[in-house]
Amino acid sequence: MVESVSSWSRNGLRDFLLQRLSAVVIAAYIVTLVFYFACHPALQYYDWESLYTASWMRIFSVLTLLSLIIHAWIGMWTVLTDYIKWILLRGLVQAVILLILSICFIWGIMILWSV
Amino acid sequence: MSEVIGESTTTTAVQFSIYRYNPDKDEAPYMQEYTLNVPAGVDTMLLTALLRIKDEQDPTLSLRRSCREGVCGSDGMNVNGRNCLACITPLSSLAKRPIVVRPLPGLPVMRDLIVDMEPFFDQYKKVKPWLQNENPPAKEHLQSPQERELLDGLYECILCACCSSSCPSFWWNPDKFLGPAALLQAYRFLTDSRDKGRAERLKDLSDPYSVFRCRSIMNCVDVCPKGLNPTKAIGKIRKELLKEEI
Repeated sequence: MVESVSSWSRNGLRDFLLQRLSAVVIAAYIVTLVFYFACHPALQYYDWESLYTASWMRIFSVLTLLSLIIHAWIGMWTVLTDYIKWILLRGLVQAVILLILSICFIWGIMILWSV
Repeated sequence: MSEVIGESTTTTAVQFSIYRYNPDKDEAPYMQEYTLNVPAGVDTMLLTALLRIKDEQDPTLSLRRSCREGVCGSDGMNVNGRNCLACITPLSSLAKRPIVVRPLPGLPVMRDLIVDMEPFFDQYKKVKPWLQNENPPAKEHLQSPQERELLDGLYECILCACCSSSCPSFWWNPDKFLGPAALLQAYRFLTDSRDKGRAERLKDLSDPYSVFRCRSIMNCVDVCPKGLNPTKAIGKIRKELLKEEI
């Protein structure tokens, strides 16, 4: 067994399932938005506002944002551990990506809650 | 290809470009060109052609071979970009000329077409490829025909390393990702009704590298000279892990 401190769950199956589950949530969000756009061809500011102030949409958006962060981290972690063999550089790049993803998450929450 | 009419046989000239590297002599690997006249109308195997080059033109050319019939798995090599066993690869199946012969990729080259198989066998050892059973029966350990049938498509592996050395995940992490050959054997023992080490075996496979580095690109299935399907076995290991952990 190979120990890894920087993988999302430190367990291959959990990472594997989380990546797929998060992909389903992201896909469901995209389908929902496309459906909404199709039903509202002449979208106005008030339509947007009513959509994004609805509790279900806020929960769905935060869930999607979290899924996106988890999905991106698992994917990037896999790519980085494949291609960057120099451990210091890998750790640095991982830290930068983690920082960017954290900023995106917090910023996303701020945007969603400011509507 | 050109045809040469001899006294009693017609031959065809076949060009080869073969990877050469002798670490005691060469600073860097290089490709060496050879031309061999092979009998026309006879489907010569690649191994026969390579051994003729060694015997007739260049005795320094080094390669492994033993059974000459696809059983021992010694002569795995990369031919025209695809891993195969030289002894069961007819020249007629190789359309591209010259025929480019290289050692198996992803494994350290010891000399010419001979690679160091240690990294491959290290991963094989990690799956504990033997029956785990602390209380074996005094006599025979019987299996029903159905239980025995589950091992078909798994036990036939000859450990030639064609699959693992064609897998990019094995190239990038040869010390952490077990590779298709070892994982095929891992599933062979997981599904064996006589084996009692299931929980321990699954625990050893649950990390993010050993199994889950497989991206299911199926290079292993494409090159397996025995027609086995390691990707399917890896999928079944994932299912077993799921059953165990959920």
